Amino acid sequence: MTDLLTVSGLRAGYAGGTVLDGVDLTVPAGSVVALLGRNGVGKTTFVHTVMGMLRPYSGSVRLGGRELAGAPAHVVARAGAAIVPQGRRVFAPLTVEENLQIAAPRRGGPWTVERVYELMPRLAERRANRGDQLSGGEQQMLAIGRVLLRAPRLLLLDEPSDGLAPAVVDQIAGVLERLCAEGISAVLVEQDLHLAFRLADKVAVMRKGRIVHRGPTAEFRSDRRRAHALLGVA
Amino acid sequence: MKAVETTAPAPAVAARPRRPARRGRAVAAAVTAAALLAAVPLVLGAYPVSMMTRMLAFAVLVLSVDLLTGITGMPTLGQAAYFGVGAYTAALVGVHLTSDGAVQVAAALLAGLAAAAVTGWIAVRAHGIVFLMLTLAIGESVHQLADTWSLVGGGNGLAGMPPVSVLGTALPAAGFVYWWVLAVAAAAFAVVALVARSPYGRTLRGIRDNEARMRALGYRPGPAKFGVFCLAGAVAAVGGALWAAQVRFVSPGDLGFEVAALALLSVVIGGSGTLWGPCLGAALVLLVRDNLSAHVGGHGALVLGAVFVAVVFTMPRGLAGLARRPRRTEARS
Repeated sequence: MTDLLTVSGLRAGYAGGTVLDGVDLTVPAGSVVALLGRNGVGKTTFVHTVMGMLRPYSGSVRLGGRELAGAPAHVVARAGAAIVPQGRRVFAPLTVEENLQIAAPRRGGPWTVERVYELMPRLAERRANRGDQLSGGEQQMLAIGRVLLRAPRLLLLDEPSDGLAPAVVDQIAGVLERLCAEGISAVLVEQDLHLAFRLADKVAVMRKGRIVHRGPTAEFRSDRRRAHALLGVA
Repeated sequence: MKAVETTAPAPAVAARPRRPARRGRAVAAAVTAAALLAAVPLVLGAYPVSMMTRMLAFAVLVLSVDLLTGITGMPTLGQAAYFGVGAYTAALVGVHLTSDGAVQVAAALLAGLAAAAVTGWIAVRAHGIVFLMLTLAIGESVHQLADTWSLVGGGNGLAGMPPVSVLGTALPAAGFVYWWVLAVAAAAFAVVALVARSPYGRTLRGIRDNEARMRALGYRPGPAKFGVFCLAGAVAAVGGALWAAQVRFVSPGDLGFEVAALALLSVVIGGSGTLWGPCLGAALVLLVRDNLSAHVGGHGALVLGAVFVAVVFTMPRGLAGLARRPRRTEARS
């Protein structure tokens, strides 16, 4: 299986400080890699840097063989990456329909607004509601639907379960499972291990700005002592 | 991780049946407003008609401010500069070339577009307060230029503009000028409204709400902002041409800081981002400044300040907010 995303030696941070200290990570095409780690280890910084929202100090970010380190976000987006940010960040004053239409390409593509509604019928029911009138789960669905319209090859999901009730997380997981089954590639930053294990083929664990473990999900789950050591959970 | 919401859904709004009805109401309101405005010269005297002509011209300027401030999220104090460029261009064309109103408006539009293109490529690179200060600097620079440039009369202004003509017929009466200004202002409003409702308008509102998110969706906000800045400059200049058609005298005072501030004030009072609300705000502001002021001992500015404070505290969505129905659902996230 060829690698869709190859990150090597990535160093980045804020105001001269270092958060990512030489991150190496690969995402094979069609697979989901869960990026795990405690708060503050650099997971969100990593997806922001890959997405071009933060300029790296050094290192390489290759998407489909194309070097994108330091490229602005719109170039990375047009190359096929899309981010579902932590906290959703939908356009609050716009309706669901307008939120989706903003992302819909004028030339068409594999994803249409109607196809998003088919995937997430709840959004169709709420299409006339403003973004700030939606529940957290609906906002998360909207954030996912919005990036799907850009026909991404790689999804960067930053804590999609953040702040959601377990039943809603289950709905979101169902949507993501369908996308994964269609072969979309993703980096899933997640603190909810149940969700991460349910979706991911591989697991990478970050600590102090570096990847300290990577391997298949099943192998990681089977070694509870290592999981506890790396993540502080049983 | 703490769960912070329930799964119970808020009542959804049935969108499909509602939209045509809302659009129908909007069209009916627009037609009614146009009919009432068109009837003004038939029922009012010359002075109120000329006053309303100035309100319409000023409303076009305010429309351009709302396009930048309310639709795109770029609060500006520089639109009076392009308004002045349009007014001076129309006056120069009127004095030296032709009294044809359409030619004057077209020349003003092109001049405003060019002026906005020259200044906009720098201005749109800035954000927030820096953008506001840059536009203020642009406005003051153009004001200074008008105040000192002998070609446009310097501080004395530019006088001697003949009555505007349309299709070869001079319009000496206030009512005819009013209809001409109303027609052009309505066209400007229609163009701006169409832009605001287009996919490009959605992009602008996306930039207003979250520019970084738009970048992450693959958009380049810079060209979109530059485009709307140029469009707003052209619209403001058209407003200036209409102002000159009615007043037939242009002076540096027509493009000073006070005009820019009043235009921004009109947007806030009318309801930012609604287009029609700021037009009402423009009428209210001019009414207070030019008419009410005489009845309160020349303290029109004080009254305007009081109106502004009252609107901010009692109508956070401006005059346009009064026409909005209450929300059916509450924010739940």
